[in-house]
Amino acid sequence: MKIAISSTGPTLDAPVDPRFGRSVSFLVIDMADGSFVAMDNGGQHSPQGAGIQAAEALARIGVAAVITGHCGPKAFEVLTAAGIQLFVGAEGTVAGALERFRSGKWKASNGADVNGHWA
Amino acid sequence: MRERRRAARRFGLNGGGAYHGQRKDQEVRLAIASGKGGTGKTSVAVNLAASIDGPVRLLDCDVEEPNCHIFLRPEVDRKEQVQVPVPRVGLERCNACGECGQVCQFHAIVSLKTKPLVFPDLCHGCGGCARFCPTGAIEEIPHEVGVVEIGRRGAVELVQGTLRVGHPTAVPVVRAVKRHARDDATNIVDCPPGTSCPMIAAIRDSDYVILVTEPTPFGLHDLTLAVDTVRQIGLPFGVLLNRAGANDGLVLRYCQHEDVRVLMRIADDRRIAEAYSRGVMAVAAIPGLRDGFRRLYSTIARGLAAGQRSAARGAWNANI
Repeated sequence: MKIAISSTGPTLDAPVDPRFGRSVSFLVIDMADGSFVAMDNGGQHSPQGAGIQAAEALARIGVAAVITGHCGPKAFEVLTAAGIQLFVGAEGTVAGALERFRSGKWKASNGADVNGHWA
Repeated sequence: MRERRRAARRFGLNGGGAYHGQRKDQEVRLAIASGKGGTGKTSVAVNLAASIDGPVRLLDCDVEEPNCHIFLRPEVDRKEQVQVPVPRVGLERCNACGECGQVCQFHAIVSLKTKPLVFPDLCHGCGGCARFCPTGAIEEIPHEVGVVEIGRRGAVELVQGTLRVGHPTAVPVVRAVKRHARDDATNIVDCPPGTSCPMIAAIRDSDYVILVTEPTPFGLHDLTLAVDTVRQIGLPFGVLLNRAGANDGLVLRYCQHEDVRVLMRIADDRRIAEAYSRGVMAVAAIPGLRDGFRRLYSTIARGLAAGQRSAARGAWNANI
């Protein structure tokens, strides 16, 4: 299973980017062996539809879950259509968020937690 | 000929510049633009419209905050909805191939090999998704994005667009306003500030662009952006320095260095500001200004008659 965490940098000790659609990048982590790759967020500077683009891109590479700070309604709709689970409220480093996810105590969101263009 | 032009304009499919020779002399399209907001675009557009002879159509394309009407106080006699055709997917025919999502540059329709999701507010109405859907599952339905109102005051006819609050893209409304440009009048386009899509949509297929600026570091900075933009599009342009006074050197040096023509200076005059504060045109407060605007117009018209009409005009119709 692959998961994606919105990240301000390309390493596990980088702070989580609190924004989903306008995240600087995503770390895509293979949960089987802990390996990861950093992926630039191509839609970061789009005037509109950044979250949709990010969700589309992550769906194409087949992630099963997305971990981020906050997520808007359009992105949530696309993630849901793609069958991707969303975990919001991530803080601190990517590694910390990954630990929290591994613990199994993080509840998946059933909706967007912010409006579009919130930050 | 005129029919063909109208059709071409409507569908944004102007092939070349074949009709340029057929233009009537009085049909001139001037765009009043700037980089910075608040430099006086609307004031210049309205005062120019009120000063020159003959039928004038004033096209207020600043659709996020249209306010030519405050100066002009027209009687509005027509109102039209502006609609963008957005996709509706007939799920019984959709085979979830994902083609529609690949076609859309604006992510207004998203298909992840699943039932497509449609985001009408992001749709630019190009029709690409419907055109390329292999099973004909997509029909286009109208989505309201704004309104165009048409009114008149004396010899000036005002066409004003208003973007629906909450809709993110102004371009369809700008285009809808510009479709009302008239072949037998002087068309003056009041553009939105900035240098992004709505401004480009407003200045494109103009014969000439007047860039309004003010003698401040902010005015100069944003003027340089506007000059770069207009140059890239390839339209002839000149600068109008508004609220001119002791600090003009800043802008004038730039214009000299860049070989940009300064068309007119309007002095920073308290009477103009007082009139503005009451929503009254400068030419009503200082009738002598009318001559200045008439000279501005004849300078530009003479230049255009001498063959400076934009060759880029046809090309830009096709590109946006």
